[in-house]
Amino acid sequence: MVEIALETRNITKIFPETVANKDISFKLKKGEIHALLGENGAGKTTLMNILYGIYMPTSGEIFINDQKVIIRSPLDAIKLGIGMIHQHFMLVETLSVLENIILGLKEYGFVINKKTVKEKLKEIESLYSLQTDPNVKVWQTTVGEQQRIEIIKVLFRGANILILDEPTAVLTPQETQSLFKILKKMKDDGKSIIFITHKLEEVMQIADIITVLRRGKVVKTLPKYKTTKSELAQLMVGEAQDCNYLRKKRETNEIILSINKLIVYSDKGTKSLKGIDLDVKRGEILGIAGISGNGQKELVQTIAGLKKVAEGKIIFNGLDITNKHPRFISRLGINYIPADRLAMGVAPNLSGIDNAIMRRYYRFPLSKNGVMNYIKALAYTKMMAKAYKIKLDNPFAPIKLLSGGNMQKLILAREILENPKLLIASYPTRGLDIASTQFFRQKLIEIANKGKAVILLSEDLDEILSLSDRIAVMYEGSIVGILKAEKADKNTIGLMMTGAST
Amino acid sequence: MVHHSVYISLLANTIKAGTILLFPTIGEIFAERAGILNLGIEGMMLIGAFIGFIVSYTTHNPYLGFAAGVIAGGIASLIHAFISITLRGNQIVSGLALTIFGGGFTTFYGQKWINMTLNNTLPTLKLPILSEILYIGPIFFSQDLVVYLSYITVFVMWFILYKTTIGLNLRAVGENAKAANAMGINVYKVRYIWTFFGGLLAGAGGAYLTTSYAPFWLDGITAGRGWIAIALVIFAMWDPLKALFGAYLFGGINALQFQLQALGTTIPSAILNMLPYIGTFIVITISSIIVKTRHVRPPRELGIPYIREEK
Ligand SMILES: Nc1ncnc2c1ncn2[C@@H]1O[C@H](COP(=O)(O)OP(=O)(O)OP(=O)(O)O)[C@@H](O)[C@H]1O
Ligand SMILES: [Mg+2]
Repeated sequence: MVEIALETRNITKIFPETVANKDISFKLKKGEIHALLGENGAGKTTLMNILYGIYMPTSGEIFINDQKVIIRSPLDAIKLGIGMIHQHFMLVETLSVLENIILGLKEYGFVINKKTVKEKLKEIESLYSLQTDPNVKVWQTTVGEQQRIEIIKVLFRGANILILDEPTAVLTPQETQSLFKILKKMKDDGKSIIFITHKLEEVMQIADIITVLRRGKVVKTLPKYKTTKSELAQLMVGEAQDCNYLRKKRETNEIILSINKLIVYSDKGTKSLKGIDLDVKRGEILGIAGISGNGQKELVQTIAGLKKVAEGKIIFNGLDITNKHPRFISRLGINYIPADRLAMGVAPNLSGIDNAIMRRYYRFPLSKNGVMNYIKALAYTKMMAKAYKIKLDNPFAPIKLLSGGNMQKLILAREILENPKLLIASYPTRGLDIASTQFFRQKLIEIANKGKAVILLSEDLDEILSLSDRIAVMYEGSIVGILKAEKADKNTIGLMMTGAST
Repeated sequence: MVHHSVYISLLANTIKAGTILLFPTIGEIFAERAGILNLGIEGMMLIGAFIGFIVSYTTHNPYLGFAAGVIAGGIASLIHAFISITLRGNQIVSGLALTIFGGGFTTFYGQKWINMTLNNTLPTLKLPILSEILYIGPIFFSQDLVVYLSYITVFVMWFILYKTTIGLNLRAVGENAKAANAMGINVYKVRYIWTFFGGLLAGAGGAYLTTSYAPFWLDGITAGRGWIAIALVIFAMWDPLKALFGAYLFGGINALQFQLQALGTTIPSAILNMLPYIGTFIVITISSIIVKTRHVRPPRELGIPYIREEK
């Protein structure tokens, strides 16, 4: 006996410029993990937001346990047992973990009864082996922890239907595996899960059934055991892709960036970089591997001029750029793609145009004597969207309305178009669909082929291994080793990342 | 040689004058915590002061007058709530409009009340035992009922803000409305409630002015106190307990200015009247510096309309 936990019939959602969902019919069975696949902008997040009551569908029906329901708000969704973990986390940073978990709940009393909350928290934590410290503020936690907080939030409300929108995009492989254990346990408990990802290995590992969306429509729903990765890829993009990157043998010893005994303190006052020595050569891609929170982020931010150097020197092309202004550094040809796209990559309320021209709005031809030429700016933005396949239906609308992946593409395109001498790319393909991932990886390689350099940060070791010439491994604010790519493998790097082989 | 009773009466008046500022400051703190900036305090205070005065005058009951002033302030705030929450208008413009409206309304209807005086103001109620404590008693516990109400308000509101689910919902809405909404909180409702609350307390400040501290009617009788309250919100770093100190500090300046004038000093009254505003400048400058160094900042959503169907 299989029951349907959730069903949608002919859901359509039309935004002013875009048909995000068109006649989507979809069934989620009890105790099933249902993967939702699709390119950037295919309409996955929109559909999930409809199920969670953030958007109202333009037309169509939703059924929960065979009952027709109308979900007008997240409160309605929560009451129906739906929980959602959003693509961009929904946490109040200034509140504590505990406060975030009980936010909106009424059963813990007018005066919050922290004791009963903590008891229930312990229960959930031991049941699903999730660890958190309820007393710290959310802004002090890492993304991995934030993900756990989001999961606990949902479990705390006893959700039976769980929606996870690209939950693994920000996780390390280890964190992903522990998330999967939790999901399997939830599935065994009879909960139903909708799981969105761009990583096909994950789909093959965890899903029971897969629905593929393309341009807002369902292409196909099929059980996992009847399909393969390449079939899925083909369904998503409509054509088969092969995955060989064009690499040239690049052999130079000319140093473009040289870092000497770099010491940097974190916002909390502890040493986050403990004397880093590193050279980057012209024509290479230097990968930086490490478990998040071991200083990678601080290192690249420092190079880009966003963190203060306490001791040490950074030399770029013979010029001392230690503690120089970020714009000065970018004008020298160092461009930086930040990890957190909403916080640092875009100005969410500004338009697509404003975000696209952010690196050059003050230069000719986009501006002349301080007056901007928006006709040229629009043309530039359109050119960017076309060349980099960004789904930017309305360049005048706030950038935050773009799908996550398309926002990421715009950031990448903006920085690459500056023709950097050194490109620092943190998690560049995070949230990109398969075709775009390949496209942008190819771009990184082209930059190196042209005799420029790339510093690549990624939680995806396969990405680092397949693109880098050399790989520096960081552990607790130090570089514990630099390997040549052909001599490196996942195991060695993995071990070094945990500080095991020093 | 000035007798120490002069100091005691100065300090007792400090509490009274401070109470006028304390209510609207607390109210604005809560509205801002919900993300609504209401620059209409001055207008709501004027309306509260006026309604409080005429109801006291006609009913001969200052308590009734005070209550009417409170409600009038609350009703006035709904104009701002409707424009900024439902219509998602610009909060600065709407708040300023409310201040102008309050001024116009009270000037127009207040004409025939000008220079009239209440003969029964809020009576002093000495609290048993407490009022006998040396120095403390005559300053804090030989006041009227509304002053005691203000003490309770501060502590109760502090407790609500930090210890209850209501306060948690409020803080979440002001920091990240989208996340709060995703957790099932009705952002619009929370904002309406606390904007209304802010109006009630602004009305309370105004009504207390005309039913106790200055029991007569003059055009523009609040004399910029609403703006001082807005400055005090920053001084208090959006915390009700700190608001208490700020309000009494300015109450002190007010009382001092009054007392000096009464004692007939040689300082020109124009200079004395400037004191609170100069004080505002100084306090705002100092507290802005403190706010920066202590990494305290306004609620993140302050002034931003919330639209649900948006990312
Ligand atoms: N609130 C909105 N207003 C206008 N357009 C929107 C809005 N939300 C989404 N869209 C548009 O709808 C389309 C689908 O977006 P959606 O976020 O659902 O894509 P997605 O499949 O989740 O993509 P990704 O993998 O990049 O996250 C996009 O073109 C996007 O720009
Ligand atoms: Mg999405």
